[in-house]
Amino acid sequence: MTVGTVKLKIDNVEVAVPEGTTILEAAKSNGIDIPTLCNLEGLSGYGGCRLCMVEIHGSPKLFAACVTPVGMGMEVITQSDKLREYRKMAIQFILSERTHICAVCVANNACELQKLANDLGVDHVMFEREWTRLPVDSTHDFLVLDRNRCILCTRCLRVCDEIEGVHTLDLKMRGKDAQVIIDLDEDWANSSSCTSCRKCAKVCPVGAIYVESVALEETKDKGIAEFVLSRRNRK
Amino acid sequence: MKLDDLQKIAEHEVDFQRAYKHRINVCCSSGCVPFGALKVLKAFQEAVREFGVEKECKVARTGCVGTCSVGPAVIIDPGDYLYQSVTPEKVREIVRDHIVLGLPVKDMLYHGEAFFKKQRRLVLRNAGKIDPSRIEDYIAMGGYSAIGKCLATMTPQGVIYEVSRSGLRGRGGAGFPTGQKWSLVARTHTTPKYIVANLDEGDPGVFANRTLAEADPHAIIEGMLIAAYAVGAEKGYIYIRAEYPLAIQTLQKAIAQAKGMSLLGDNVLETGFKFDLELRFGAGAFVAGEETAILASVEGRRAMPRPRPPYPANSGLWGKPTLIQNVETLANIPVIIQNGGEWFSKVGTAKCSGTKCFSLTGQINNPGLIEVPMGITLREVVYDIGGGMQDNRPFKAVLVGGPSGGCLPEALLDLPIDYDSLTKVGAIMGSGGIVVIDDQSCMVDTAKFFTDFCVEESCGKCVPCRAGLVKIKETFENITQGTGKLDDIAALDKAGQYIKEASLCGLGQTAPNPVLTTLRYFRDEYVEHIVEKKCRAGKCFRNLKKEEDDAQ
Ligand SMILES: Cc1cc2nc3c(=O)[nH]c(=O)nc-3n(C[C@H](O)[C@H](O)[C@H](O)COP(=O)(O)O)c2cc1C
Ligand code: SF4
Ligand code: SF4
Ligand code: SF4
Ligand code: FES
Repeated sequence: MTVGTVKLKIDNVEVAVPEGTTILEAAKSNGIDIPTLCNLEGLSGYGGCRLCMVEIHGSPKLFAACVTPVGMGMEVITQSDKLREYRKMAIQFILSERTHICAVCVANNACELQKLANDLGVDHVMFEREWTRLPVDSTHDFLVLDRNRCILCTRCLRVCDEIEGVHTLDLKMRGKDAQVIIDLDEDWANSSSCTSCRKCAKVCPVGAIYVESVALEETKDKGIAEFVLSRRNRK
Repeated sequence: MKLDDLQKIAEHEVDFQRAYKHRINVCCSSGCVPFGALKVLKAFQEAVREFGVEKECKVARTGCVGTCSVGPAVIIDPGDYLYQSVTPEKVREIVRDHIVLGLPVKDMLYHGEAFFKKQRRLVLRNAGKIDPSRIEDYIAMGGYSAIGKCLATMTPQGVIYEVSRSGLRGRGGAGFPTGQKWSLVARTHTTPKYIVANLDEGDPGVFANRTLAEADPHAIIEGMLIAAYAVGAEKGYIYIRAEYPLAIQTLQKAIAQAKGMSLLGDNVLETGFKFDLELRFGAGAFVAGEETAILASVEGRRAMPRPRPPYPANSGLWGKPTLIQNVETLANIPVIIQNGGEWFSKVGTAKCSGTKCFSLTGQINNPGLIEVPMGITLREVVYDIGGGMQDNRPFKAVLVGGPSGGCLPEALLDLPIDYDSLTKVGAIMGSGGIVVIDDQSCMVDTAKFFTDFCVEESCGKCVPCRAGLVKIKETFENITQGTGKLDDIAALDKAGQYIKEASLCGLGQTAPNPVLTTLRYFRDEYVEHIVEKKCRAGKCFRNLKKEEDDAQ
């Protein structure tokens, strides 16, 4: 089966991409940046953070660019007042959901959430903030899981399952109570499946999983996507 | 067994039933059993023996007739006499007077005739009339003749054509045209294909699907058979919540009977058509009823929704084309095949054909399960069928569409019930919950209550629903405890709109409806709460009052 080419417009620019490409990929390959948090190239699409919402001309609905495939003749709008407002709202909700005090966070200056908040100009939160007290797991020799900073993007779950292939990480409970767990809710030190590969720490966009006493700038921010892709492509 | 044999069974059964002069149908549905229906059944069996009329009377257990609030309900035929609140003690008198002397016991009869007058029973055609545990009862009512007709005289395309022409739309909530969904699945070339009947019914206070399964399980099975034939599926699952033991038991029995008569299996009615059916149990999360979450659950994974596309029609169970359909939708199918799509399209309204089952609850005189033609007005449902407000209290609002429906004011009572009209005013059809609210309820408190439900039920996958609803809930807590600010109104509006537009699945997309509609139609009450710290219904500020009392 040959893969066809799809022509569409993104922010009024005509682009042509292979069939099956997501709007996000199509935009990126044409130099248009759409903000994301849960998405990571090389991992399966999740569609959870809803930051990548775009408008499609002719539809009253919004679409998550990371999981919406392009269609012939689509006219995609990635920037509008409404979208900007909604993206700010998403960031505010995430920030107010758990405990985020950047000044005392290991991820300070290396955090995707913090960067997005800056880029989008989120200077206050509309709603009261939650100060959760969720368990921190620091039992592993060098990996730490601080659930109070987790934004439930599941990048760590997916990299562990899809790239490392061990599925050590998973979620328990639902809604606001959802939490990342290790094996069947074990301490990390007792995990029988974890290979200590550090991939989860590499892909975590915030300060929720990190390698102890290694500067986060070093763990992350080194082309995580390329790293994941290279592992994915390796046979 | 062949089609002719089916006909013979039907004739034989009709003769068999005619041999009885009376038929005493005791509702033994989940609604009436807690009121003692099984004891009433036993009492009837004993009483007919005692009076020596057991040869003339067929005492049968049946499904719900809808008047569950005054159960146990008993119907005596001929004449369709409906007795309400029957107790074992009253049974002797009923048998003596009604059966032996021919004098129906007037003061025990159900007197809310208006309850039935504006109803139209297509889906619940057999409810209360047949014994759901006997396949022969269903066959005698013409059951399985529709699948027989399809197999003998119709092509799959022909079946889809009839369903499309009927104008039937999915009864699970969203109202997607059923014929269109079928042709999407039929058109795919991947095999095998699957069918999933959705009997999750996670909305609190909604019980129409459970009732249907308990009263007429074979209607669901026959609907699935026809759908399977039309789209080319060989395997089906009924996804039912584990908290429905009676419905599960009834369906299990029905499936076994249908298998025994080669109505399910490798060679349906000896035509070579193959369809197998199994039950799958849900653990009872609201979100598990969402179609992609069901797929995950049936596959044995965490019931979390996933983005669509790919739609289940193309990539469903194990990546194969899958037709997901609500059970009420499916139970309409045999009726459509028997009478033709054209006939069906004339019931209801032009854009919205057929009927809809509703669980009617709240502060009205005749709560219960109803089935009404589409296009009936809310006023007719509340006043004519529902018998008006309890204790003649003033009407305040009606919540249409379950916990994520809309709260509509008196001014909208003349709205016809159909998908599009409801959506326009901020409500939804949902799975058919109607709650009537009188002036003793606070609308702010009501919206808070339903938001709390959705917060608990959010799966946690996406930010708007997971984090956004929590913030709405907290704002409500402030407003109802006296620490609200006027800015909160705008913030609720904004957040509600965002959650509705940005959430991944239908749960988040509809969860703000109670908030948005109360803000739209009952904004005064919000302002009163915030500015005057006053709650008309006296529901809020409990803590505040308590503090004052304590201080005094
Ligand atoms: C949160 C949520 C819960 C749902 N629960 C049910 C349910 O309990 N039963 C049902 O039939 N459909 C339910 N639905 C709708 C289904 O996703 C799906 O649209 C429906 O089963 C399709 O069948 P239909 O076209 O016959 O309506 C739910 C949807 C959402 C978003
Ligand atoms: S995780 Fe990011 S946003 Fe949260 S406290 Fe740390 S640096 Fe700040
Ligand atoms: S630990 Fe990090 S990567 Fe994993 S879900 Fe939380 S924020 Fe995402
Ligand atoms: S809208 Fe709510 S229930 Fe649906 S996927 Fe998002 S978090 Fe889960
Ligand atoms: S990047 Fe698309 S939803 Fe998160």
